[in-house]
Amino acid sequence: MLRCELQDLGRLDYSEAFELQRTLVERRKAGLIPDQLLIVEHPHVITLGRSGRAEHLLASEEVLRRAGVSFHHTDRGGDITYHGPGQVVGYPILDLREWKRDVTAYVRAIEQVLIDTLGEFAITAGRIPGCTGVWVNDRKVAAIGVHISRWVTSHGFALNHTTDLSYFQYIVPCGLTKPVTSMAELGCRASREQVVSALARSFRDIFDREMEMAA
Amino acid sequence: MIDVVMPQMGESIVEGTLTKWLKKAGERVERDEPLFEISTDKVDTEIPAPSAGVLAEVLVEEGKTVAINTVVARIDEKGEAKPAAAPPAKPVEKPAEIPAPAAAPAAKPVEKPVEPPAAAPPSPPPVSPAPPVSPAPAPPVPETTAAEEASGPLSPLVRRMVREYNIDLRQVEGTGAGGRVTKQDIEAYIAAQAERTVEGAPAPAPAVPPPSAVPVAADLAPAAGAAPKTRMEPMSVMRTKIAEHMVMSQRTSAHVTTVHKIDMTKVARIRERNKAGVKERHGHSLTFLPFVTRAAVEALRAFPLVNASVDGNNVVYHNEINIGIAVALEGGLIVPVIRRADEMSVLGIQRAIVDLSTRTRSRQLKPDEVHGGTFSITNFGSNGALFGTPVINQPQAAILGVGVVEKAPVVIDDAIAIRSISLIGLTFDHRLIDGALADEFMLKLKSVLESWSEEVL
Repeated sequence: MLRCELQDLGRLDYSEAFELQRTLVERRKAGLIPDQLLIVEHPHVITLGRSGRAEHLLASEEVLRRAGVSFHHTDRGGDITYHGPGQVVGYPILDLREWKRDVTAYVRAIEQVLIDTLGEFAITAGRIPGCTGVWVNDRKVAAIGVHISRWVTSHGFALNHTTDLSYFQYIVPCGLTKPVTSMAELGCRASREQVVSALARSFRDIFDREMEMAA
Repeated sequence: MIDVVMPQMGESIVEGTLTKWLKKAGERVERDEPLFEISTDKVDTEIPAPSAGVLAEVLVEEGKTVAINTVVARIDEKGEAKPAAAPPAKPVEKPAEIPAPAAAPAAKPVEKPVEPPAAAPPSPPPVSPAPPVSPAPAPPVPETTAAEEASGPLSPLVRRMVREYNIDLRQVEGTGAGGRVTKQDIEAYIAAQAERTVEGAPAPAPAVPPPSAVPVAADLAPAAGAAPKTRMEPMSVMRTKIAEHMVMSQRTSAHVTTVHKIDMTKVARIRERNKAGVKERHGHSLTFLPFVTRAAVEALRAFPLVNASVDGNNVVYHNEINIGIAVALEGGLIVPVIRRADEMSVLGIQRAIVDLSTRTRSRQLKPDEVHGGTFSITNFGSNGALFGTPVINQPQAAILGVGVVEKAPVVIDDAIAIRSISLIGLTFDHRLIDGALADEFMLKLKSVLESWSEEVL
């Protein structure tokens, strides 16, 4: 079975995580490292994807600055999104040539990882056709945005665990005027560690990788 | 000339959106160097050049969606780079394949106008808690933000007061430097408003009710003039499920309840004697519930129809006795299942109850731990209820409701004695179970509980 290194980096700045991903993507392309799953938590940040529309940012950058939220343009797919404390952000760096050369299948698989993870906490989540992400009764609990370069993936998903959802007021998440939710709002009191280990388990099962804690 | 086509990035993908050219016409590209980016379903993908050469023609512009295999550009393998072709300054020849965000199409304004768009939620920034209901009535405030901006810079304290008291700044006279509104101004305004109401005249009552078309805004910042009479909230997922299940059950089964008075004195004594020991050895308490559950298992064994369910015109008898225990949660309840309860001792059942209820409350149940129950017990006695008429947990045939265990005077052999009494009721589906059978079941339960011997623990 192929290996995938799991690194839970805890709190990490968006730009640092971005640089780290770039480095790992290059090393992965060069075959120097196996697949990676980075788990992080970002300080308050709003990021705009390549296909994002600036008008989906509802607050001026001045208002964001005062609220302690930074703002980044980034190269993932998808529109605008918010990251912050209480969110479990996952960045899989996978070489899809060793899995399936199919970006849609990859996104559906990431969704399945999240759906199975939520299932472990008795939360029934699902998909909405045409609206990538993971949903619980028309509320978005996890967002997905991916970048692929020579079949190596970066960026990934953001699962609202105990996220303060009021920060989403500054944006139209992913350009969709649908509400967001979190595991905590759905009544789940599992700890971050429990969520991360559930994520690692379902990631292992869906991608058929042997998960190893990176040294 | 080499054709560059829109690649197929997956089986089900039939088209792609070209989001960005990473090279301009006339520029030199190397083989495998990222040439353009496409976007499909939240995935941005860099597409490398199929061969080295000069990007001779760009046929599809940024933002266009084209079918796969459409030719998007041509590369001239022998061509020379023509710096002249790309006239004014492209100083950013990006060596790295990920272009700096700043290189994003300049046409798209990044800066937001200072005025928030109309869609901006009127609620305050999240640093402060949700505004409490305004303690002092003030005229309806159409737009605090605009007013705030109109009245010049405010101190953070004043801004917070304005939000908390939901004040229309245009109504407040500023006495500070340059007409700035100060804390004293706000306090004076609030006091004046309060006085006006005390005098009885509902002074600022708006002649026209606030437009009902903006209920969201009303929720976030209740107009101070009249507190809203109702508040609308979507039901939680759990709540909608409970609602559906309860109504479905009432519609499905013919609910009938029979209540029996059960003398729990013996059980109470056993419990008293063992409570401390169990706590010490196992770290959890010993309640009445596992005794009642154990007795229910005995009665279910004796009357398998109570452990059955209805499937169309068939009766399904279950060989396992899996008992659901209702666990109350904030805003709902979940009924996790003790599997094979017939194979467990009182202590085993107590452990299972502690484990399941703890994990239910922390939402760490596995989905299959709430399915497969064949009978349920609800212990509303722990909230002081004497007896109740619970709703059957479908597709089960009955549910046992356990009332509070209380000392009461009872007549035994013409003498009055003090005994620990509990009213225990069986709510059963009359489609399957008749009253006589239900009472036989209850008498069995009663005899087990009233003649409990120590060894059974």
